[in-house]
Amino acid sequence: MKENYTMQQDQAVFNRSTQIFLMVLAAVTALVVICNQVFAPDSALHIPTYTVTLLGKYLTFALLAVAIDLIWGYLGILSLGHGAFFALGGYAMGMYLMRQIGDRGVYGDPILPDFMVFLNWNELPWFWLGFDQFWFAMLMVVLAPGLLAYVFGWLAFRSRVTGVYLSIITQALTFALMLAFYRNEMGFGGNNGLTDFKDLLGFDLQSDITRISLFVASAIALAFGYIACRFIVSSKLGRVSMAIRDAESRTRFIGYRVENVKLWIWTFSAALAGIAGALYVPQVGIINPNEFSPLNSIEMVVWVALGGRATLYGAVIGAIIVNYAKTYFTGVLPEVWLFALGGLFVLTTILLPKGVAGLMSRKGATA
Amino acid sequence: MAILKRRLGLLLFVFMSLFAAQTYAEETHDAFDKGVESLQAGKLKKVASGVSAMIASEDERAEPLLAALLNGELYLHKKQKKLVYLVNKTDEGLEVKSINEGFDSEIVGKRVVKRVPINNNLRREIKAYLAAKNLNHEKSSVREKAVQSLLPELDDISLGLIKQRLTQESNPDVIFLLETAVSLSELESDDQYTKLKSIEVLSNSLEPAVRNGLTALEQSDDTLVKTAATKALAKIQDKAEMYGFIEKVFFGLSLGSVLVLAAIGLAITFGVMGCINMAHGELIMIGAYTTYVIQLLMPNSIGMSLLVAVPAAFLVSGIVGIAIERGVIQFLKGRPLETLLATFGVSLILQQAVRSIFSPLNRSVETPEWMSGSIEFNPILSITLNRLYIIIFCLAVVALLFFVLKKTVLGLQVRAVSQNRDMARAMGVRSEWVDALTFGLGSGIAGVAGVALSQLTNVGPNLGQSYIIDSFMVVVFGGVGNLWGTLVAGMSLGVANKMLEPVSGAVLAKIIMLVFIILFIQKKPRGLFPQKGRAAEG
Repeated sequence: MKENYTMQQDQAVFNRSTQIFLMVLAAVTALVVICNQVFAPDSALHIPTYTVTLLGKYLTFALLAVAIDLIWGYLGILSLGHGAFFALGGYAMGMYLMRQIGDRGVYGDPILPDFMVFLNWNELPWFWLGFDQFWFAMLMVVLAPGLLAYVFGWLAFRSRVTGVYLSIITQALTFALMLAFYRNEMGFGGNNGLTDFKDLLGFDLQSDITRISLFVASAIALAFGYIACRFIVSSKLGRVSMAIRDAESRTRFIGYRVENVKLWIWTFSAALAGIAGALYVPQVGIINPNEFSPLNSIEMVVWVALGGRATLYGAVIGAIIVNYAKTYFTGVLPEVWLFALGGLFVLTTILLPKGVAGLMSRKGATA
Repeated sequence: MAILKRRLGLLLFVFMSLFAAQTYAEETHDAFDKGVESLQAGKLKKVASGVSAMIASEDERAEPLLAALLNGELYLHKKQKKLVYLVNKTDEGLEVKSINEGFDSEIVGKRVVKRVPINNNLRREIKAYLAAKNLNHEKSSVREKAVQSLLPELDDISLGLIKQRLTQESNPDVIFLLETAVSLSELESDDQYTKLKSIEVLSNSLEPAVRNGLTALEQSDDTLVKTAATKALAKIQDKAEMYGFIEKVFFGLSLGSVLVLAAIGLAITFGVMGCINMAHGELIMIGAYTTYVIQLLMPNSIGMSLLVAVPAAFLVSGIVGIAIERGVIQFLKGRPLETLLATFGVSLILQQAVRSIFSPLNRSVETPEWMSGSIEFNPILSITLNRLYIIIFCLAVVALLFFVLKKTVLGLQVRAVSQNRDMARAMGVRSEWVDALTFGLGSGIAGVAGVALSQLTNVGPNLGQSYIIDSFMVVVFGGVGNLWGTLVAGMSLGVANKMLEPVSGAVLAKIIMLVFIILFIQKKPRGLFPQKGRAAEG
């Protein structure tokens, strides 16, 4: 009886956890904006803009974590290469921001970014064309990771590469991209990446109001991304995807086209990761090939593992906890951070298989 | 009486000859010292006479001195009025060493010493002298080197020496080189027949000087000579390409051996336990650090320390591996993706631990003497010894593993568990025990790979990370749990990588390999040599 009830609950897009999550998100966002704008800088309740940007960064990570949870928690695909999609979205945004610099660069070239002048290039490579238009860049933020994921997924799922093998080749994918983006000849700034951004849609990136707007935009993106994932998960597609997660062969024998379900959810997840990357770049002010490194991608997975899989809100909690801990430790005790992160990996997988979210719901059940 | 007289005579003779020898020695001694004195004057004219005196002295000490003079490494210490060798140029000044034995080197200011002057005539004279000495050296390898160094700039003097040597030489390799030299000089003769004949001789040689000489002949007016030269060059080119190819294959095999060593432990653990050990790279790193520590412990016998390091690294990495299995992996049975994450956490902890203990800087492990150097087959193909040893070492390790897995009780149980765990348990195999030992074995092999890697690169905390993805690729490419597959996959990836490198550059070659494997997995999701039967479904 009770099981039936939770199932019905889960079938609604706005189930209880989603409602709570959205309300908390809205409240925190509003509170942060008010604390930053209304209270004077010397007030105890004031939140400095630096912290707001930091929170904005966490929110983009949270969106990325939701994207990973969608495929890991609900589809059973452990991607060790989602950092690649995140970084591709970030590069698309970075290219737009580079074009916005115009002749304010060090070399003052009206069209070419500084690093191309430095490399003695005479004209813009073809793949940089169009990035002076905001709409085109935004399209690319979704299309570039989406297309890569589509092609990769089409190849992988059709030939039924699963489990550990799939994880390993996603890792190979991001590793190959990292090596490629480190090359100056690729035309993405080599190991310095893209940086020195000036403004976005005409707004100065250093100004407080732009930074707060970006924070709010990240919160809105997270909310919409969350709702979209809920929508997928609570739909029939979501039911099938969970069936695939639990018994792939059986689902196939029943007659579902497993590879198509996988392909679409996977591609959607990649596009979501791309959007997160695009919001991340203007807030931190740099994108470089290190974002592709396999270590980054694997760290993202632990956010979800810590928060708890197949809950979505768990992914958000995990991303924020781990990144807050990272900011704290790398500031105070940098040499302890890797110990802490490593310990987190081991302890969450052994002791907390359902993550923080599992801990919370267990408490709720006993209460 | 007569006997006595004869004896007396003999005695006298011995005595006199002794005396004569002594005066002779004194004479040469004097000549050498006179030469040194002249060199000390620092004037070109004096130097010239000094050099001739030294050459005439036939003193043994003359050779290094003249060689240093030739290379511009002979300096005059102005204050002490003594000749010194230049050892090293540093920022603080010049490190010099007295030409007489038994003195330590010292660092002096640039103003204190002055280079002994030399001109082209003198250079030629010294070169001819040194060449003549080396050409008649008792070791054939020295003679070979001497002829080779003469080839690019043959002149009448050296040619005379070479022809003279040719009459006495017995070593076929040296004879060939000497004939090459003679033929090279004959390319400039006016006689067409001699020219053609020498071209034919030269077409068997790979020396760069020969190629230059033949290329020059291609501009000749004589069409017969011209075509012969072109033909000879084409033959040489073919040979050069073939040796270049062999060299590339060799480099590829040595890279492949490294890959196989790094991957084969992973293949075992993956195959038996179905889980991926992301800390495998760090186990390699631990093996490399063990080598480093053992070398610190026995600094006087570097050659021995490497041999000690192999079992030591096996033990250290193996014990760490068993600890990982008992501490982490056994709790995550049947959840391969979680195992992957947990072992990744272990790898981060191990990395940071090494960073805290040994500092984040790279450490270099010394290469023992018996591993440095190279075997030269001909001017194009030479094989470095450390790479050769690594190939041999890799094959030995693989052979040993084959033996363990096919011929021992442990191997039988390992294979049984990897094929069907439940059935093996039902038959009385203690699968937990087998798991721990297998993990220890795989980890120990990783440590041994670390010993090999320490000879190729610097040892640092990131050593493991740079090999882990490559090792995965090898395992996935070869097929899981298959030693043979790992061997073939590692070797072919290594060779393919080295073949691509000159065409595309190192980074692009690596990217191409990665993309290739990603595509390959689509075609054969279970690798080159997939496991067959029910076990494959796991």
